[in-house]
Amino acid sequence: MQRHPIIPIVALVGAIIAVQVTATLSGREYYLTQLIMSAYYTIVVCGLCLVMGYAGQLSLGHGAFFALGGYTTAVLTTLDFSSGAINLAATGLGRGLLKVGILVAQTDLYGRDFVAFTPWAAFIAALLLTLAIAVVVGYPALRLRGHYLAMATLGFGLIVYRLLLGTEWTGSADGISSVPGWHILPGVVICGKSAHRVKNYYVAWGLVVFVLSFIVNVVRSRTGRALRSIHDGELAANAMGIHTAGYKLKVFVLSAGMAGVAGSFLTHYNGGIGPSEAGAMKSVRYVTLVAAGGMANVWGVLMVGSVLTFLSLRGCFGSMDHAVFGGILILIMSFAPQGPLKPLGDFLSRVRSACRRAPRDSAAGRPGDGDLPGRLG
Amino acid sequence: MQVARPFSGTDRRQEQVGLVSQALQYIFSGITAGSIYAIVAIGFNIVYSTTGIINFAQGEFFMLGGMTAVTLSAFLPLPLAIAGAVVVVGLVGGALDVFFFRRLRKPSILQMIIITIGLSIVIREAALHIWDEKVRALPYFTGDACSSVKVLGAAISPQVFWVLVTVGVVVIALHCFLRYSIVGKAMRACASNSTASTLAGINATNMRTLAFVLSAGLGALAGCVVSPISMTSYDMGTSLAIKGFSAAILGGLGNHMAAVAGGLAVGIAESCSVHYVPAAYKDAIAFAILLLVLFVRPQGLFGGTEVGTSSREF
Amino acid sequence: MIQLREGPGTVICLDALGSVMEAASEIGMALLDIQNVCHAFGGLVALDSVTFSVFPDQIKAVIGPNGAGKTTLFNVVSGILRSDTGDVLLEGSPITGLQPYEIGQRGISRTFQNLSLFAHMSVLENVMVGCHCRTRAGIISSALRLPRHRRDERQAREKSLEYLAAVGLADRRDWPVAELPFGQRRLVELARALATEAKLLLLDEPASGLNTKETDDLGQIICQIRDRGIAILLVEHDMSLVMDISDSIFVLNFGKPVAEGPPTEIRSDPEVISIYLGGDFDSVTD
Repeated sequence: MQRHPIIPIVALVGAIIAVQVTATLSGREYYLTQLIMSAYYTIVVCGLCLVMGYAGQLSLGHGAFFALGGYTTAVLTTLDFSSGAINLAATGLGRGLLKVGILVAQTDLYGRDFVAFTPWAAFIAALLLTLAIAVVVGYPALRLRGHYLAMATLGFGLIVYRLLLGTEWTGSADGISSVPGWHILPGVVICGKSAHRVKNYYVAWGLVVFVLSFIVNVVRSRTGRALRSIHDGELAANAMGIHTAGYKLKVFVLSAGMAGVAGSFLTHYNGGIGPSEAGAMKSVRYVTLVAAGGMANVWGVLMVGSVLTFLSLRGCFGSMDHAVFGGILILIMSFAPQGPLKPLGDFLSRVRSACRRAPRDSAAGRPGDGDLPGRLG
Repeated sequence: MQVARPFSGTDRRQEQVGLVSQALQYIFSGITAGSIYAIVAIGFNIVYSTTGIINFAQGEFFMLGGMTAVTLSAFLPLPLAIAGAVVVVGLVGGALDVFFFRRLRKPSILQMIIITIGLSIVIREAALHIWDEKVRALPYFTGDACSSVKVLGAAISPQVFWVLVTVGVVVIALHCFLRYSIVGKAMRACASNSTASTLAGINATNMRTLAFVLSAGLGALAGCVVSPISMTSYDMGTSLAIKGFSAAILGGLGNHMAAVAGGLAVGIAESCSVHYVPAAYKDAIAFAILLLVLFVRPQGLFGGTEVGTSSREF
Repeated sequence: MIQLREGPGTVICLDALGSVMEAASEIGMALLDIQNVCHAFGGLVALDSVTFSVFPDQIKAVIGPNGAGKTTLFNVVSGILRSDTGDVLLEGSPITGLQPYEIGQRGISRTFQNLSLFAHMSVLENVMVGCHCRTRAGIISSALRLPRHRRDERQAREKSLEYLAAVGLADRRDWPVAELPFGQRRLVELARALATEAKLLLLDEPASGLNTKETDDLGQIICQIRDRGIAILLVEHDMSLVMDISDSIFVLNFGKPVAEGPPTEIRSDPEVISIYLGGDFDSVTD
């Protein structure tokens, strides 16, 4: 599994293409809609996998980062910046932004004129805001031990949820709708219209492939080793000169950024966002998916995460949706806390070491048989 | 707009009385909510000190208590309905321990927390399916929704006194139980050092179940007594749990008396915040207190143990 | 027994009884200076005005009965604890109060009494973690597989294999560490500490749990490390190992310094003997 990381990625790309072709050919192209949404949620979960599985930190507030990214995009592209308290267009800065094209004058569904930011500018703002808040929250929170960190991140998520729920200009309980499409590349628009569905599918899953490659490369590098060492023995990692607190923060902020990016994209695809994205239920669900996928196994997390999210979005769990995820969480944590595949993995490695031990006793000899001194220097 | 006549002495006094009664109103509503948070906090503390687990399902015990009592009150007189609810929910708490926590083999603390989160979700959803999403309430113990008692100019519902009295009795009874009774002392022994107490002949496993039963029963009782004022709905458990945890942390985890102080502080802060911050954010105040305590002084106001250092828990 | 140690700035002197004593000259500088370090845990005094130095090319052992303060001393030097008073200097500059990882980066590494290997990584990966502070590729270069990342990986891998070969475990490099026998895990930990290219190695009871043969081999490896120019500060209970390989011994009892000197001296110091064995004894024969 460690030898050629490119193979699973190629397999993933192949699977992505295969699924799309199958869906289109069999006339079930509407499945792509939920597949696109689950792609974006899977990105959040993969980022969280880095934090939980590798750095060993628990975050119960990642839904808040997703929501921060999505809401920033929504607010900046739908609010009218040419009237009322936020009359930016009247200022010199506003006029400059209009000229450069960051602010754009548009007409909404009802024929009213308004001035708002372009999606690209909103995206950059969303990413920066999410990263900044992650630093501000992460810096004190990551010094806390296990359950205190869990509560701190949960509390943070709930604060964001309450703020979004109670603020008028974020749409209160209804959230924000009529978010415009995003012309991300020439010919590619991120929006919910069925004409663009296939392109959106490839954008979404292309982003997943990019994020996954990113994560896989990081895990197989000195950073990945540092993270795993923090997970396995923080004291020893420190003694080896690794700034463990710094790494935990970096990984936390990185995963928050991924969640914010996913939130931004999905908001454009859905054309809107609601406060429940920041809620505790969503955040707990992300944790469930990481646990069910195998904590430190990013491929397992990808597969389990996307499948379960897809099923949930299709309504396969009906009214028991939340209960199913709660139940999965309990079962995984009770019986296979390192992931459902771990017992299998343990079995396999026992088999492997049994094979290893057979020739070992005859050929290699044991160290300490007089061949040590003299090797140094 | 100017007042035409000059500002006279009686006006000022009236204004002062008005301010005082408004402040009192805030404080009383804060104390009411705060004493509920205190009970939740005490429930957390009981389980935490005996087992080291933060039991997220604590808030659900409240909700279950109120719901069960409402159902039982359809064919039982109110006091019996409440007693019945307390017993039933206490058993549910014990069942949680017997069926889930006893079966785990040396789980880590974080594992336990996540399991309790899962349990709270499942309990919530079960409640939704058993009862449905309608909001329910027990009838007022004395009087009705309109009756009120005037205290220093503030209008207080008599139910508030029921809440305060119940919480006060619970706190004192618990204190005496833990301090003076054999079983209570055994529980405190388990909290300090479960291995040593096992060696001394205390059945730590049963103590743990007792802790769950106790915290569930107390939670149910509090849920019943506050139900007329703040209603009972299937999803009230989550935010109650977090607010109760804020109270527990503010006082210092494991310290029962401090939990009361913490609960009252959180309740009053939340209530007074309406004066300064839009009411829609009121619920966020308790969470903000939680974050503040965790970031600035994780051991709480009265706690002593160092909880700041980070270590892997998975 | 005569010991001759030659090196720049080392003065060899013979005392009247014909045994050899080493004295640092004014020209040579100590690598590690511990000056008047005091540390108390509440009312319990763990270290009381502890002062000594470790020189490059030296194996210095710290011995003393249980509870003497040896682990506390290690924790102070490696930064896990901050001493109440006193200073710790590395090559003349103070490191008191620095974070453990900063001290690790400055060139002091350590092993742990109860072994602290990274259980979910292989032998080679464990040693490569040691190379971490000497390489520089960050998250971005790793994620994008930039040349700096590739270069660092190659270097780290080569160096780690070297160190593994030096302790004789090169053929076990892909084994999960949990499968190695205890003695070999100790060696992996040693290789990992070496990989940090530390100037000073703190070894916390490295012989604990090893049999006689393994202890002998360990002793030889430690001497070879010293011969490469790395200073070693050793806490150990195994007296034969200590007497065999140490250049200088520092004795602690109840946090207070008792004696300091070469093994021959310490071995026959009546106060040291009485601490370990209790009561008054004449000097123990060899």
